[in-house]
Parts: sequence; structure tokens; C-alpha cells
Amino acid sequence: MDKATVNNIAKLARIKVSDAETESLAGELTNIFDWIEQLNEVNTDNVEPMTSVVAMAMPSRVDEVNDGDDAERVLKNAPDRPADGSSFYAVPKVVE
Amino acid sequence: MPTVNNALTDLTIAAARDGLDKGDFTSKELTEAHIAAVEAARDLNAFITETPELALKRAKASDERRAKGKAASGMDGIPIAVKDLYCTEGVETTAGSHILGGFTPPYESTVTQNLRDAGAVMLGKTNMDEFAMGSANITSYHGNVINPWKLDDGKDRVPGGSSGGSAAAVAGHLALGGAGSDTGGSIRQPASFSGIVGMKPTYGRCSRWGMVAFASSLDQAGPMTRSVEDAAIMLQSMVSYDAKDSTSVDQPIPDFAAALTGDIKGLKVGVPKEYRLDGMPGEIETLWQQGIDWLKDAGAEPVEISLPHTKYALPTYYIVAPAEASSNLARYDGVRYGLRVPGDSLDEMYENTRGEGFGAEVRRRIMIGTYVLSAGYYDAYYVKAMKLRTLILQEFQQAFEGVDVMLTPTAPSPAFAIGEKMDDPVQMYLNDVFTVPASMAGLPAISVPGGLSDEGLPLGLHLITKPFDEETLFRVGGVLEEAANFTAQPSYLGGAS
Repeated sequence: MDKATVNNIAKLARIKVSDAETESLAGELTNIFDWIEQLNEVNTDNVEPMTSVVAMAMPSRVDEVNDGDDAERVLKNAPDRPADGSSFYAVPKVVE
Repeated sequence: MPTVNNALTDLTIAAARDGLDKGDFTSKELTEAHIAAVEAARDLNAFITETPELALKRAKASDERRAKGKAASGMDGIPIAVKDLYCTEGVETTAGSHILGGFTPPYESTVTQNLRDAGAVMLGKTNMDEFAMGSANITSYHGNVINPWKLDDGKDRVPGGSSGGSAAAVAGHLALGGAGSDTGGSIRQPASFSGIVGMKPTYGRCSRWGMVAFASSLDQAGPMTRSVEDAAIMLQSMVSYDAKDSTSVDQPIPDFAAALTGDIKGLKVGVPKEYRLDGMPGEIETLWQQGIDWLKDAGAEPVEISLPHTKYALPTYYIVAPAEASSNLARYDGVRYGLRVPGDSLDEMYENTRGEGFGAEVRRRIMIGTYVLSAGYYDAYYVKAMKLRTLILQEFQQAFEGVDVMLTPTAPSPAFAIGEKMDDPVQMYLNDVFTVPASMAGLPAISVPGGLSDEGLPLGLHLITKPFDEETLFRVGGVLEEAANFTAQPSYLGGAS
């Protein structure tokens, strides 16, 4: 795994990584994936991928509103809100 | 420095419950003793947030219930430590991360709500590896936790992880029980390192609602206590079917403590030969053999079994868990709660927030997960891992056709000094080599203190049973506990040393 791959993964994961860290991550991730490679020893051609560890039917419920209309509680931990106090999260401008 | 009343902090949950019932002391007195212990032991760094006022309020309410003859459960009035991964109403919840700094949930997780309803008294929120990713409690934004077990070499040892704060709190007699969580061994491995009991129930027994998610197909809540009976009592107040968690399982809930009959005559105990690793310390091997002999002496029949895919469980875990983590942790974007680090664009704000808010191990695992789920690698890694997981599960199912329980070591070593095993992530990951297979198959498992290492540090023995057979787990665990007669205590107790 080279630095370009690490930078690409970091971009996909939306994590800012310094140049120095890119270098060490490339080494660490290479080691980890070398270790993971041993899984290729196992023939899994006719094996179904696991979907659930406990065999159970997915529960369903009536599709009805049972909560809501509680904007202040939802926004309680917001790092930034509009200056006028309206019920929104504030973020940097997305559309020019 | 407050004086610690060791007569109260040395109790088990069962003994404290009986003392409260008899009126020997009140929950207020019990809680005050533990608050003093927590304050006196701050150098262990076991707690991120202490909640003494809340604890005293709940203790008072408990005493009032008991005075009316209406104790809610065996946990009513019992002071406990809660891992900082449970969302707790009005109490800051960080999951050991900078990125959740300042987050105060307006709601309570199902498991901690169940404990509250049972009358348990929360002393505070315990330190943990960041987002439960670690085996030594050295990845927390809030600093390392120190194991109360010390040798005379002057080195501080890790308590194990990720539930290291709860483990240190229970081992150091700062709390009578601790709520932990286990994804690949995060309750059982720290229990082994700290000389206490740590139990993970079957996946689906405890609701995950309101627990900060790491790897949703593996995460499971469980108790950390100083006896097997206490683990049974505490688990009783944690489990429930919960419609708010779609993987919560609606199964009858037995009386777990009633399963501790001491009778294991005729039970078949599987001893998986693949857990005998090359280079495993002799003291681990010796203790394991001792455990087999103890169960045999109690009338059980040891059977050698084979689980050939055991060695693939850990590398499989390091695809599955990071993949799920990379998805779960995508929610930390600096928009709705926690840390926000400004940027010139929305993307830059995300990148800055996540770069600064996540620690090195969490960044590394998110990147592993992002890679194994990315276009072109999904089949080679993620699908391959899910196929391996099927094989691991099938192998356990087949083995359990012939045995009732399995016995293995909990961890491949005793607690190590802070600073050791830190250079190579894979070396650190190997701590969970014995606990991860049961996690991959969703099976209940428990670590019980078995004895001391040559140097004098605790070592755990690990039992695994079939899904939803926690009763056999507790029954065999109780027999193991009695045979081991583990009475050694850490040198650092209740802040009293």
C-alpha cells in the first residue's frame, strides 16, 4: 500500500491526514493487510456470506409516527446554529 | 483525602444486596463509601466523568423504596460504574473520543435505563479505548487507565481494553459492578487482566439502542463484577427485548443466578486444540490444564475438539469490525453534535473535524474499513470475511452438537506494562485471539479469574456456550470460580493503599 492509496482512502473517509502520517500509515496498513492475506488459504467458493449471526426474521412494526416535533431536543448539541435562533444546523456555504 | 470505608467497598453485589435488605447499612452509606473510593483513586484514571450528586440522589430514592418494602431488584441501591459508551441522559458521553467532546445525550440507552429502573446507582462514566477500539485502554482521548494490579517493579500496567475503566473500577473496589461492552473481547480480556469476572451474553440479549456503535453485528453489553453470581445478578437487570433495536432478540429471560447450582456432573467440556498457540507462555497453558482438571474433578467430562478455522477468526474480525466502524463513524461530521473544526468548505470542515477529532487507532481502523468496502476490493475482503464468518459459525454449531461448553484461556498473556506492544498494531490485536471467535459467532462467553501468573498478575479462564445458554455458562463459571478460589487482591484497593 503506497502513499497515493493512503491519500485516496483518507479522501474517501473524509479524514485529514498529515504527510508524515501518510508515510507511517502506508507501512502499518501494508503490515495489517499482509497479515489478513492468510484468509486466501481458505477455500470459500461454495460458502454463503453471513447476513445475521442469530437466525431470526427481521421484526416489523406499524408505519406510524410515534415521536417528533421536538426540534429543540434534537438541536440541543448543535455546534453552530443560525444567528436568528431558527431550528437549523449551520454549516459552511455549500452552493456558490 | 476522603476516608474509604473498606467494609462497604469490599462487598460483593450479593452481599451488599443482603446487607441493604437487612438494614445493616443504607444505599446512601454504600454510595458515599464508593464516592470516597472513586475520589481517592483518581490516579487510576478509571472515570472520565464522576456523577456523585446524581448517585446520592438515586441512592436516596433507593433507600425510600426499600423502606417501603419495594426494592426494585437485586441491583437496587448498588453503586456501579458505567462505560462512557452508554448514552446517559443529561450526563456527558464521549466514548473516549475528542470528537464527541461536550455531547450530552438528551436520552438514556436501553441498558442503562434498565439498570436505572432496577435501582442501580451510577457513580460515573468510565474511561475506555476510543470508540471501544483497543485492548489496553491506551487509545482514550482522556488518557491511559492504570491497572490496580501492580508489581514491585515500579511499572504501571494496562487494565486491558476496551472496557478498561470499568475493569479498573471494579478490580480496585471503586464500584461493586461495571457495565462494559464487548465487540471482540472488550469485556473479557480486561476482566482477565484485572482479576475480575467479565461476561458477554448472546448477541441480541441486550439492546444496543443508545450504545455508541463500533461494529453493530458484534457489539454487545455485559456485566463486569467480582463474582460469577454478581455477574448473573447484574446481567438480569441489563437484558430486555427492545423494539428500538432490530437485532434485539425476543427470547424468554431465565433467572440467571438460579442457574448457579454447582452441579456440572456429566456436562461435556470441549477443549479446542487450535487454541494451543505456538509460543504461548507456559503459565497460560498450565492454568488452562488446571481449569480442565477442576471441571473434571467436579464431575464434568473434558473432550478434545477441533475448530480448524480458529486462526482465521482474528484476521476476519479485522475486516468485519473496521468495515462496520467506517460506516458507523461516518455520522461524526461536525454538523450535529460534538467537535467542529472549521474549514473553507463543507468537505474541508468534515476532513478537519475528523482528522483532529479521531485518534490514531480510530483513524487507522476507519481507513481499513473504507478500503475493504471500496469499489474493487469489496468482494476480495468484505465478502470473503463474511464467508469466513459463516464457516466459523458452522464450526461452532457442529462442535456444540457434541459438547455443552468450551473452556479456553481468556488472553494469551497477563497485563503488560504501559508502553509495551505499541509499535506494531498486529501484535496488539493478538490480545483478542481467544475472545474474537465467540464474538464472530455471537456466542455467550465469560472470563473467570483462574489464578496468578508467575510474576503475580491475574489470569482468566474463558468459557463459551451455545446461543442463549447463559445458564450453563454461569453454572460452569460458578464451579470454576469455587475451584480456583481466587482470593488474591490487587495492591491498590479502594484508593486505600
